[in-house]
Amino acid sequence: MSTLTAAAIEAPKIEYGELAPMLLVFGAAIIGVLVEAFTPRYLRKSIQMPITILSMVGALALTIWQGAQGVRNAAAMGAVAVDGPSLFIWGAILLLAIVSVLLINDDDQFVAQAAAVPGSAEEDQAISEGGAHTEIYPLVLFAVGGMMLFPASNDLLIMFVALEVMSLPLYLLCGLARRRRLLSQEAAMKYFLLGAFSSAFFLYGTALLYGFAGSVDLSAIDKALATVGGQDTLLYMGAATLGVGLLFKIGAAPFQAWKPDVYQGSPTPITALMASGTLIAAFGALLRVFWVALGNLDTQWTPVLWGVAILTMIVGAVLAITQTDIKRMLAYSSIAHTGFLLTAVVATGKEAQNVNALSGILFYLVTYGFATVGAFAVVTMIRDAGGEAGHLSRWAGLGKRSPALAGIFALFLLAFAGIPLTSGFFGKYAVFAPAVAAGGVGLVIVGVVTSAMAAFFYVRVIVLMFFSDPAPEGPTIALPSMGTAAVVTLAAAATVVLGVFPQPVLDLAHSAAQSLFVR
Amino acid sequence: METAADFVQHSGGVIGASWLTIALPLLGAAILLLGGRRTDRWGHLLGVAMSLASFVVAVLVFFELLGFGADQRRRVVELYDFLPSGSLHVEMGLLLDPLSISFVLLITGVGSLIHIYSIGYMAHDPGRRRFFAYLNLFVAAMLLLVLADNYLGLYIGWEGVGLASYLLIGFWQHKPSAAAAAKKAFIVNRVGDMGLALGIFVVFTTFGTIAFNQVLPAAHGASEGTLTLIGLALLLGACGKSAQLPLQSWLLDAMEGPTPVSALIHAATMVTAGVYLVVRSGPIFEAAPTAQLVVTIVGVATLLAGAIIGTAKDDIKKALAGSTMSQIGYMMLAAGLGPVGYAFAIAHLIAHGFFKASMFLGAGSVMHAMNDEVDMRKFGGLASVMKITWITFGLGYLAIIGFPLLSGYWTKDGIIETAMEHNPILGWLAVIGAGITGFYMSRLFFMTFHGRRRWDADAHPHESPAVMTWPLIILSIGSVFGGGFLIVGNRFMEFLAPAVGRPEEMPSFHPFSLTGLVTLALVAVGVAYAWMRYGRSEVPAVAPRGSFLTTFARRDLYGDALNEALFMRPGQWLTRLAVFFDNRGVDGLVNGLAALVGGTSGRLRRIQTGYVRSYALSIFFGAALLVGAWFVVGNL
Repeated sequence: MSTLTAAAIEAPKIEYGELAPMLLVFGAAIIGVLVEAFTPRYLRKSIQMPITILSMVGALALTIWQGAQGVRNAAAMGAVAVDGPSLFIWGAILLLAIVSVLLINDDDQFVAQAAAVPGSAEEDQAISEGGAHTEIYPLVLFAVGGMMLFPASNDLLIMFVALEVMSLPLYLLCGLARRRRLLSQEAAMKYFLLGAFSSAFFLYGTALLYGFAGSVDLSAIDKALATVGGQDTLLYMGAATLGVGLLFKIGAAPFQAWKPDVYQGSPTPITALMASGTLIAAFGALLRVFWVALGNLDTQWTPVLWGVAILTMIVGAVLAITQTDIKRMLAYSSIAHTGFLLTAVVATGKEAQNVNALSGILFYLVTYGFATVGAFAVVTMIRDAGGEAGHLSRWAGLGKRSPALAGIFALFLLAFAGIPLTSGFFGKYAVFAPAVAAGGVGLVIVGVVTSAMAAFFYVRVIVLMFFSDPAPEGPTIALPSMGTAAVVTLAAAATVVLGVFPQPVLDLAHSAAQSLFVR
Repeated sequence: METAADFVQHSGGVIGASWLTIALPLLGAAILLLGGRRTDRWGHLLGVAMSLASFVVAVLVFFELLGFGADQRRRVVELYDFLPSGSLHVEMGLLLDPLSISFVLLITGVGSLIHIYSIGYMAHDPGRRRFFAYLNLFVAAMLLLVLADNYLGLYIGWEGVGLASYLLIGFWQHKPSAAAAAKKAFIVNRVGDMGLALGIFVVFTTFGTIAFNQVLPAAHGASEGTLTLIGLALLLGACGKSAQLPLQSWLLDAMEGPTPVSALIHAATMVTAGVYLVVRSGPIFEAAPTAQLVVTIVGVATLLAGAIIGTAKDDIKKALAGSTMSQIGYMMLAAGLGPVGYAFAIAHLIAHGFFKASMFLGAGSVMHAMNDEVDMRKFGGLASVMKITWITFGLGYLAIIGFPLLSGYWTKDGIIETAMEHNPILGWLAVIGAGITGFYMSRLFFMTFHGRRRWDADAHPHESPAVMTWPLIILSIGSVFGGGFLIVGNRFMEFLAPAVGRPEEMPSFHPFSLTGLVTLALVAVGVAYAWMRYGRSEVPAVAPRGSFLTTFARRDLYGDALNEALFMRPGQWLTRLAVFFDNRGVDGLVNGLAALVGGTSGRLRRIQTGYVRSYALSIFFGAALLVGAWFVVGNL
């Protein structure tokens, strides 16, 4: 009888302190689930909302505290990197998530009884009883937790887990729109199927890279690049398919197809969360994989990503022109912005160059995140009989009926277009400048031309709002709830302040990028 | 010669907080504009309070500045990095020196009085809150203009005051004439602003910076040709804002705005911004004698043109506007004469700020009493019913014609004497201008306050309320003593020297110089002639046809006709031509491109079928493409 000597399994050393922001969010999510199980229905919202907001505010405070402490290392046996970029991204995600939750707090956006068939008597009953799914709060917390872990993972398997933790709640949340429920459910279904498909690519890439390097650790893969020879097929296949999974999440062409459908169908507050938080998280993860694990392979992926960036910018800008739905237009705009951001991802070089590129991307993500949350918040307020007035023709003459709201929306559009004195200008400058420095002049020319094309459709909406006669039975402007008003104000303020006085945030992004990613 | 060492970096103290002078009125404007009707009831009081608070800060700053030694009084307060990008690095900061603080005190002091006066003047206007918001906006922008420590900040303030001026000229937008006047001011100022922008561009390419404390000390190092170009471009900007020839035509029409606006913006402060620009850029002009000569020529031509226009206007505000043009002409002349002239230019500017504001507000008080009538042929004999207005206006009038020992006497005589030393032709033309000033101001004064009453039947003139007369009284004190206080003993010359340079020798004042006596004699002749024509004899209720010269003056020296013939009609032809080409040529190209993009977009859009299976397929093919591309690149 052989004795099974328990090979001493070393208990992993986990730096709870450094992971505290994330743990707080996940912990709050679990408490939220318990609240759903054990408290009466009428109390749930008044418990869930404070838990959600407070946990994220607390996590934000912890993140800021860690940033001030200067904590920079790989925690949990090197699986999670708590470094400058991670902390900056956490801060940005938490801020934008808090803002999005203020939008989510609006009951009118979410379905009363998700299980009821759309249009059935059961649904009418649920609406008249004032039913609501307070599960959205823990779901959002899980998603936000995933968003935080995704860009901080220093290990492909952890990254995959984070990807799923982030995505699964979002698939659900996408299907919970109160109006146009079939569209919403279709969006959720599509997002889920395509998301699963791309996850498969991600996992396949992980497996192939493990085959190549014998490890899923990002820095181990980096080391293997120098030592392992003759396994190029595994390496190229693995790196490319892993790239597909990541490019899908940021919505780069040719993997962008889900974005318009999902953005349009989802409840607008969830769209706002995805357009800001998911994009930031996915960019963080993309950068970590390409810069840390495949950093020494850049001569190979740079040309590939060049092509992807150009295609993404063109697809986003060209297709946005013929859109007639405001949310679809913003989705294509988001695709174009993904392309602009990719120009800085390929702008690698010496260390100082990398720092500039990384800080440019971080700054851009923050400016874009605030403008996009603000824009979607405005969208929630322009309503028709059947919910939000999505069709652009309904926006005609809005400037005459509600000049303040139209003016703020115009501000966000100008920021997307990168007009000076809005945040978008410095954002574009921050990513294009390093791209030029790294020799990507051609890329930046495409960027500038597509920016001009993009400016056309942003300005078209402004012209439509201010210089067209209002539709005779135009949409009503919903009186904003406190939360929505706060979101719109905050986003507008951020857009202006970052456009006039960008230095502090630029400095912050620069100091966060200073150490680059830990290896 | 200025050196960079003249500028002291400063932080803390009241000077460190001098940004409050700008921020307070800006906050006021923001509250009033964003607050909407909720602020209607107390909006005007807030406007006044913000302006007064700004004045108080300015006074404190002034005294702190006086506490430093004379060579320590150019203090730069850094605020923040405005444009931190690459080669164009602009740090936004404020430059507190004797020159800027003089303007700040004038703007906030006179500005506050005019704010107070407006409470009464605009009491029954439904748009009063909006009016005060614009006034506050104006004050903030004007302070930024004079306090900025670089040309970009100056430019922002410059456009800001232009905006406020435009909004206020067209304040009664229901009147087509007001709307047209606003448009005219806007367009004419575009020409000037283009000059200023061009000047700033050349400054940047020449010196690599636009901060005063780096450009001005380096000015003498640049080539004279470049400096002349900069000088002329800046002068074009100055001409637009200060209504100097050839960009004078908008000022007379600008009188469509409410009278307090005419007093504050179109007499006391904004229109003097051109003089500020020239004096601030002094080192550039001093190293470019050609540009300096052009400045003096523009000044003299305008001072004569304005005076001639003033002689023929029956509209009291337009006559005063002509006079404003003329007086700024004097300042511009002085500003082209180097450091001695600078002090006189600014001293005259301050004195003018007081007496012209007082007269404009006096005119407003008269209009207030006469049902908003502006035609002087319908005034007459108002002296007995409006005692305070009469006396305060009279003091302003005596000051502007240069009555001995009053403000204008000291400052204008200084300009004439300096010009005479510099170039006798300029000097004698300025003397003639003074004579005409004596005539047209007397004409205005006698037609309004003396002679037979020619009022409309329903006019019941009465003195204005105290809230309007007190500012008049305070301003007239300034118009009596201001000039003497500044000039006697070269007090102002000494004060300003650290900022604009010390003249080689301080001018000494001869009360009985030949020039002074001739000037006085000519003024006396002008006054006497005006008395004969308008004081003693009958003034016809309808303007007589008059000679060719009168028509010439009435039509603003054919300035508008000239503009129309030279610019408007050819411009219209050009636009028609351009539209033709645009429709046929450019549009064809652009529409073709747009159709291409739109068509591509429409076709590409069909890829977005909405079927998840086709999306998955596209992802799959995309992935295959990516893997394929990677292999291709990897095996290169």
